[in-house]
Amino acid sequence: MTSATNRARAGRQAAIVKSAWPLAVLGRRFPAAAALTLAATLTATTPAHGDAQSLTVVSWGGSYGRAVYEAAIAPFSEATGIRVDVEDYNGGLAQIRPQVEIGNIHWDVVGLEISDAVLACEEGLLEPIDISSLPHGPDGTPAADDFVDETQVGCGAPFIYGSTVYAYNSDHIPGEMPTTMADFFDLERFPGRRGMRRIAQGNLEFALVADGVPLDEVYATLDRPEGIDRAFRKLETIRDEVIWWEAGAQPQQMLADGEVVMSTAYNGRVTHAQVLEDQPFVIVWDAQLLAFGQLGIVAGTRRLDEALEYVAFATSADVLAGIARRISYSPTRKSGMPLVTTHLAAGVDMAPHMPASPANAARALRYDWAWWVDHQDELNERFGAWLAR
Amino acid sequence: MTGARQPRRYSAGPGSGARLRAFGLVTPLLLFVGVTFIAPLVTMLVRSVHDPVVADALPETVSLLHDWNGEGLPPEPVYAAAARELNQAREDRTLGQVAGRVNRVQSGMRSVFTRTARALEDIEAGPWRDVFSGINEAWNDPATWHAIKSTGQRFTARHYLNAVDMQRLPDGSVTRQPEERRIYLRLFWRTLLVSSAITFLCLLLGYPIAHLIAQAPPRRANLLLVLVLVPFWTSLLVRTTAWIVLLQTQGVINDLLVTLGLIGDDGRLAMIYNMTGTIVAMTHVLLPFMVLPLYSVMRTIPRDHMNAAASLGATPRQAFLRVYWPQSLPGVGAGSLLVFILAIGFYITPALVGGSDGQLISGMIAYHMQTSLNWGLAGALGGVLLLGVLVLYVLYDRLVGVERMGLS
Amino acid sequence: MAAATGTGPGMGRIAYLVFCAAVFLFLVAPILVIIPLSFNAEPYFTFTEGMLRLDSEAYSLRWYREIVENEAWRGSMVNSLVIGVSATVLATVLGTLAALGLASPGVPARRAIMGILISPMVTPVIIAAAGMFFFYSDLGLGQTHLGIILAHATLGVPFVVVTVTATLAAFDRNLTRAAASLGAGPWTAFRRVQLPLIAPGVISGALFAFAVSFDEVVVVLFMGGVEQRTIPRQMWSGIREQISPAILAVATFLIVFAALLLLTVEWLRRRGGGQQ
Repeated sequence: MTSATNRARAGRQAAIVKSAWPLAVLGRRFPAAAALTLAATLTATTPAHGDAQSLTVVSWGGSYGRAVYEAAIAPFSEATGIRVDVEDYNGGLAQIRPQVEIGNIHWDVVGLEISDAVLACEEGLLEPIDISSLPHGPDGTPAADDFVDETQVGCGAPFIYGSTVYAYNSDHIPGEMPTTMADFFDLERFPGRRGMRRIAQGNLEFALVADGVPLDEVYATLDRPEGIDRAFRKLETIRDEVIWWEAGAQPQQMLADGEVVMSTAYNGRVTHAQVLEDQPFVIVWDAQLLAFGQLGIVAGTRRLDEALEYVAFATSADVLAGIARRISYSPTRKSGMPLVTTHLAAGVDMAPHMPASPANAARALRYDWAWWVDHQDELNERFGAWLAR
Repeated sequence: MTGARQPRRYSAGPGSGARLRAFGLVTPLLLFVGVTFIAPLVTMLVRSVHDPVVADALPETVSLLHDWNGEGLPPEPVYAAAARELNQAREDRTLGQVAGRVNRVQSGMRSVFTRTARALEDIEAGPWRDVFSGINEAWNDPATWHAIKSTGQRFTARHYLNAVDMQRLPDGSVTRQPEERRIYLRLFWRTLLVSSAITFLCLLLGYPIAHLIAQAPPRRANLLLVLVLVPFWTSLLVRTTAWIVLLQTQGVINDLLVTLGLIGDDGRLAMIYNMTGTIVAMTHVLLPFMVLPLYSVMRTIPRDHMNAAASLGATPRQAFLRVYWPQSLPGVGAGSLLVFILAIGFYITPALVGGSDGQLISGMIAYHMQTSLNWGLAGALGGVLLLGVLVLYVLYDRLVGVERMGLS
Repeated sequence: MAAATGTGPGMGRIAYLVFCAAVFLFLVAPILVIIPLSFNAEPYFTFTEGMLRLDSEAYSLRWYREIVENEAWRGSMVNSLVIGVSATVLATVLGTLAALGLASPGVPARRAIMGILISPMVTPVIIAAAGMFFFYSDLGLGQTHLGIILAHATLGVPFVVVTVTATLAAFDRNLTRAAASLGAGPWTAFRRVQLPLIAPGVISGALFAFAVSFDEVVVVLFMGGVEQRTIPRQMWSGIREQISPAILAVATFLIVFAALLLLTVEWLRRRGGGQQ
């Protein structure tokens, strides 16, 4: 072995670069040029965080991110001259917690799911926002009377209603189409891979509904350990066929590519793909999980005034309706709802696409955020361990 | 840049001057790597055993709990200290961190802590035990206090125990985790298995082509080498994207199979977002690391050895097994070790094409770094993995020499 | 495998050649497939019928237009170049000096030092990135270009050290002595004799280091903010979140770039070899 190794070494050495390269000029100038380049690049790239005038707004990317950008961020920048950097994330508090803990805060305003927002407030991760500081409704109604009551949870500023539904691509399902949540879990009648969000919230509810739990007993069932076990058991039945997504744009992509035959998804994005990209997607509204989201300001930001200014701007009835006319998420303001008429680009009537329209809401499940505030850390840990097995 | 002046300073010629000069040339990089690379690794390892968050935020509570005999509930002074320090932690905004730490030992503690602290804000005086039990029942459970006591230790082996699916019970004994929480050993095992499979596949595919290149005339050998080097130089993300394009359900390979009539349109194969995707893409990514060391050994094996064997009456099979294969073994060893070392730490490719069952231990480290924020556990898993890599690296150094990491 | 050694043109030999051809196809075809698909006029990831008929309508430059017009991609390009060039300069200068030092006789603990300098190459990046996240954040280098430049320089160092060491191993030390005997100072001897000789190795090492930084994503993922987005970081979120053929256009650009790097390094190597 040793002699062979030596031979191998000799062989490799033979391949070694060896040259009298006629580039003495380069040799002489190289160190100086290198030093110059380095100095130049280092000074040119001092981080831009010192810029007090720019604000980092964190949204959810994809078609929703574009809607928020067009309806809220761009007009805000235009009106105030404050530069806004947009960043995307996929929910959760994993990126906010270390910023506040380490004190290296680079996010200012974040769009949060309601249970994340409440949890963040309890942990002191968000700045308080006084509802009365938000603009009046168009008819002069004070903000506190204009926002739907249930959205005023004393944490962040109410923003939009949205729903998690499941959808399928009618091109990829031959014959009978699925209509219920139970169909989503039925691999025999509807074979093929499923897309689901990589998170415990929502999936446990869906599993219980599919397992026959009535909508109004879902959270009571989850509140017992055996109910949670039951939900995991039901998920286990389709586990091998599930592709887990994180970003809200992925389900549409996987449905379009045929990577999955059906997927849970955020309703607005599916509608967006239907009306703007002519995708043959069908939303199944059965057991849709209806929730709302808040805008939060990360505690300790150096741009608190600008952040508050943005939140006030973005939660006005006009802006909320402007978002809803780009993507089917309802305003959390009563005064905003009548303003949502047609889709701005496609011109179609928005009503049939809204989660709260009577036909769609017939079998809706209301997201019990208070229950999840208590359980989401624990159950996501269990969910993560379950996924890893 | 600083080195420019150094040769002049030590111009005394060979001997100690030369040694000093050599040392002066090496030192800047050693310092650099020490600060930018070794120090971060040490930081990570320290974090895997050292966690002062709870001890710093609740110093008196923790020290009183230290003297507590662990039977039943702790005495009133512990409650009083906890009331004061929880309130303080809330004001200092460290409560979230404390709650998160305890929550990892005792599920559900995060909300108990945050709510208790908020409720305590309006309460002036004790008896604190009654106050606590009025706020939340969890405070009547000794397990809650054991959890605080345990996380209050500044130095802990908890994360390493956790990384090998063990836990320490309140009485100090060490046992295995409950069945549903045993995931890491299995994942380490899977990582080793998958890395071995990939190493074997790389050897299987790489050996013949390395041999072909070594036997080819120089011009053709150079051309073939370029074919091996193209993927080597191409961005990893590009190669991974390529496999997504090829392997996905409506991808190029499935389309081809459907067009050829080998499978039906509804029988498309699931080759990606599972272990198949991980193995195929990683084999492709790592194959050049097998071929290059093999090739550099094989090109030194004299051709006449095989001819001599043949002239002595050996069949090609015998000549290969008795003469060629033994001489190529150093290359096999170097290539296999290199591929295996790189495979066990691979993150990008499994994360993008592995789905949920094609993840390796690196994916779990990323999960604890970025999602669960259990940095201590991430550090411990990283520490175990690092130890494994280190052993293989030293082995590689003994067998091949690290400065000969086969490249070009 | 036995067939591999067959010298006659038997079935075994043919099977061996076919197998080798298949492996080469496996190596190269996936990369080549991306190039035509990046000209797809449709937002699909597979060959449309029009493409197979070579219908010019089925091809378009729309995805190239998209990335050129997209501010995020342009920004990431600038970031990648700035970070890549800076990290390369650092790694090359420090790595070359260290290789020179290590090549001189009698360096104490040479093997251990070499082991440390090359360790970033084999340490799983996820571990390095995790450690760097903690350590650099403590230093206030989280979310800065400088932090990522330092990290990338470290990851590039082994490649410079290995390449330059290999070049120096073949370098005839007598040349320096001859220069010295002719009255040249060590610095002059280094600059006039040694540096030109090892320049191809240094440049190859620099190209390796640049390629490492240009392709690195884990460190950027852990330590970079929105201001430090590089091309691989953009591709990462593109692949994870929404695969559009625009990614294939970027990929095609990177393939061409990789080919250029490869040809340069090979050319340097040949030049080196030609002098032997």
